[in-house]
Order: sequence, then C-alpha cells, then structure tokens
Amino acid sequence: MTELKAEVGTLSFRNPLLLASGIWGESGRSLLGAYEAGAGGVVSKSIGAEPRAGYPNPTVEQYGQWGFLNAMGLPNPGIAAYPEEIRIARQGGAPVVGSIFAPTAEGFAELATAMEPTGVCAIELNLSCPHAKGLGSEIGQDPALVAEVTKAVRKATKLPVWVKLTPNVADIALLAEAAERAGADAITAINTVRGLAIDPILRRPVLANGLGGLSGPAIKPIGLACVWQIFERVKIPIVGVGGIRSGRDVLEYILAGARAVQLGTAVATDTVRVFSRISAELEKELSSLGTTSLSELVGAAHAGRDQA
Amino acid sequence: MNASPWDSGLREVCTVVAREQETPSTVTLRFEYSKEAHPGQFVMVWLPGDDELPMSLSYTGREKGVTVKAMGDTSRRILSAGPGTKIGIRGPYGNRFDLSPQHILVVGGGSGTAVLAPAAEEAHGQGAEVTFALGATTAREMLFADRLRPVAKAVHLATDDGSAGHHGYVTAVADRLISEGGFDAVWTCGPEVMMRKVLAAGERASVPVFGSVERQMKCSLGLCDACALGPYHVCIDGPVFPGHVLRGLEEFGRSKRDPSGRLVPV
Repeated sequence: MTELKAEVGTLSFRNPLLLASGIWGESGRSLLGAYEAGAGGVVSKSIGAEPRAGYPNPTVEQYGQWGFLNAMGLPNPGIAAYPEEIRIARQGGAPVVGSIFAPTAEGFAELATAMEPTGVCAIELNLSCPHAKGLGSEIGQDPALVAEVTKAVRKATKLPVWVKLTPNVADIALLAEAAERAGADAITAINTVRGLAIDPILRRPVLANGLGGLSGPAIKPIGLACVWQIFERVKIPIVGVGGIRSGRDVLEYILAGARAVQLGTAVATDTVRVFSRISAELEKELSSLGTTSLSELVGAAHAGRDQA
Repeated sequence: MNASPWDSGLREVCTVVAREQETPSTVTLRFEYSKEAHPGQFVMVWLPGDDELPMSLSYTGREKGVTVKAMGDTSRRILSAGPGTKIGIRGPYGNRFDLSPQHILVVGGGSGTAVLAPAAEEAHGQGAEVTFALGATTAREMLFADRLRPVAKAVHLATDDGSAGHHGYVTAVADRLISEGGFDAVWTCGPEVMMRKVLAAGERASVPVFGSVERQMKCSLGLCDACALGPYHVCIDGPVFPGHVLRGLEEFGRSKRDPSGRLVPV
C-alpha cells in the first residue's frame, strides 16, 4: 500500500498536497471544501490586524497558458473576524495552517498569539507577498528582518512556525538560513515571482497596482530551484510551492527536497478536483518507481547529482 | 461543465459602440467582443485607470452588452463611458441558463431582468413559451418590458408605486402565476429577498426555480474566494443556481462578503 502521508516536522498530513495561502481562504467553508476535495491540509488567507479590502480590480491578469499575475493587496477580514472561519474549517476536520502578515515583528507576534487559540496546527509567516508596501517581501528580502520576525513569533507561540519566502532575491537560501537560526520549524518556498502585464493599446499596466506576482506553470522551475538551494543549506523541512499541476510535478519537488507542497493556481485551472487527481497520479508515480513511501524520496535528487 | 479559465480568460480591449439609457437609473453599454457567450454568463468590465466589475451579459450575440444599475461610484463611472471609450473585457465566465424547458416563467426585479432577457429570447427562439413577471419601483424604472413583448406569451408588470401594472411587489404576481400552474421552470434575478420569495413559491408548486446571484468578485477564476457563497463560488459554480441549492444556503438573502472577506448583511 502506497503511503502518501506527509510529515512536516512534528505535523502529519494525510497527503502532501496543501492548499496554498490566498486561494479559497476568506471563508472557512471554502477551506473545508478544499479539504473535502482531497487536500492534505489548508493554509488560510494571510490575516492582518485589521480588515483590509485590498487593491481595486484588475487584481488578476492571465498570462497565456503559463499562469496568472495577481496583485490582490492582501485583502482579509482581520484577526477579530477570522477565527470563526477557522472554526468552521476545523469543525469539518481540516488541518489549518494560519497565515499572518504585519509591518513589524511585534505585529507578527501579536497575530501569532491571537491565532494560537483558534485551533490552527501551525503559523505561516507571509514574508513574501511581492506587491504590498512595507509588508511581505519588503521585510522578507532582508535576512536580519526575517530573523527578527521569526524570533518574535517563535517566542509568542508554541505552534510550529513556517516561514514563507520570496524568490525575488539573489539568494533565497540565505533567508532560509536566517529563519532556521531564528527558530523556524519549516520553510515554505516560494511565493509568486514579481511580474508585470502591460496593455499595448492602452499603454498602461493592467493590474491596478502595476506590479504583481506570477503564479502557475511558468514558475515551476523557479520554485524547484529555490527548494533545491534551500535544501542544501538548511535542515528544517521545506514545503514546496510553485506551478504544481500533476503528480509528476509533486515528485520533482519532493526529489528537490520538499516534504510537502502547496497548490494554488491549479485550483482555478484544473478545478478543486486537482487534489484527488494529483493524489492518484502520485501513487502511480511512486509505484512505478518501486517505492511505497514519499519520505525516502525527499531530497533524493541531491544524492543523484553527486553520483553523476 | 465549466470551461477552464485558460480558455476564456484573456483580456481584450474593446470599444464601446453604443450607450443606451434604459431607465433613469439603468444603462446599457454595447461593445464588440467576439468570444462565444451564453445567457447567464458574465464578463469582467474594466474601465482603464479605474476599477473592474463583474457584469452579466444582457446581449450575448457578437455585439455584446451589459445593462447595469449604477449602484456605487465605480459602476457610475463605468456606465458613463460613451461610444468610442476603450474598455477591457475578459470572460465570459460562469455557467448559463438551461434553455430546455418549454413553459418558462421569468421573474425579474429591477436591473435583475438584464441577465434574464437574452435567456428568454434564446429559449423563445428555440420554441419555448415564455411568460414574464417584471417588477420595478416605478413605471419609468421598468427594464426591458418593450424589448421582451415580442417573445412573450404575456408580460405582467408590478410597480411599488402602482404607476404600471400591479401596485405592489412582483412576488405577489409571480406567486399567483406559479400557483395557477403550467410552468416547467421559473427563472429569476433581482433583490435576494425577492428571489427568496420566488424560490418558496416554486417549491410550494413543485416547479424548479433557477436564480442568478451576484457577489463581490475579484479574480472571477475560482481562486480568490471573494464570491464565496456557502460551499460554492459564484464565479465558477454560478451565477445561476438551482432553487433547492439557494434555499439551503444560510447566506443567501441574508449576508454577503465585503471586499475584505467579512460577512455583512445583503
């Protein structure tokens, strides 16, 4: 019997396919829907201290068949209203990772404290949103700030702390090392890749915010490279994100060093049934490799390279 | 049932070819947009430099159109776009009305009639018999009564002030028509309190009702959750829902999500 169970540190998920933050995450019923459709777990929308409407539309622009650019602007109902949504998802049995964002380390710590009693199984720090002023990747590109935020949250909660990193830096592994030293339990990589869409007739950027973040099939090789580099430099588990649409994609991320993965864009392009489809594909991939366990494949491509 | 967003999502810049003031508060914009669309579907309409809103198609042929009541500043600005204005269009998104019923009652409230009109015309073109119950605040605000007469078996009007047809809500007219029988489907769009009453009437008479629902929309691709309604997403699972589904939804007619995702009263 193939074992799709995935372990990220002390946490165990029924399969390695988690719903990425920002997708289906405003409502608890939607989070639960992703779990019922076969996700191993779900990550909440990134939640801040106050309700936030986000940017005006257009917030999303399609890039051919390769992906979507988005600049949502971190819309979220705020930490006061959100625990009710987590309760709904938890009541249905979904393991929920609570994603949070703030402009300061203290802000992150306060949100983590507020998140802990909601029943989330881990806290994910959004240090990687590429299009919000003073937030996300503006903090997450500086190893000292990554360490400061991680340390503050580490002190504020007993829950596992996952640090979600941006690929829009010269050396993502440097940030992962900073997070690990500051007490992070896992690294999530990657968030979207900074991008821009311009309309030639209108001679202007399409997204209301101008710059956005690219997701989808186009960024899979970037995500793989980041997971690969991080795996070589830190010991804590890695959760891989970026362009995953098939069991084969998941396998590649695991071989690069991920213990679990997150899906986002594929929920739109392939519908939420993508979770059960990929699970089935992954089982086939494993049996064709003659193995029954995911965990023995984590990072295996690194050894493969050494032998070559 | 739903096409992948890869198929319909590419944005096109279109030119407004006509702007029609349908009623004092309702405007139609017509534009050339070549993608195939079906009654019930919606497009995202972008006024460059401003905002982008979901709008159901009131004309689904080659020259498409949206007919909208200006609710907020954004829709007011979009609807002020005169002929020659360049607007961004993406879609069509969402599902469509099932046009197979043969004896259809269409219950439209205010600008809700906009999405029902092309569905009724196409069903009529395929041989169905269509009866209309249309409601508005006043006779001047009555939308598409003249457009729909040529395809109607009968048109029943209701106005809040009695200036046309029944003096009162259209739900009273719909209630009577439904209980008299003879319909194999009821299509409705309008304020959710109105739709809830139509759903109840349909249930009492065991006639299937289909309602078109509006929610906050950002991505329109089934990603962002802005249009979450119970376990559904209006952009991909709707906007047309069977009545038995809507009746089971705690939020329908009561609450919706604001741009931050908080539940607020409808």
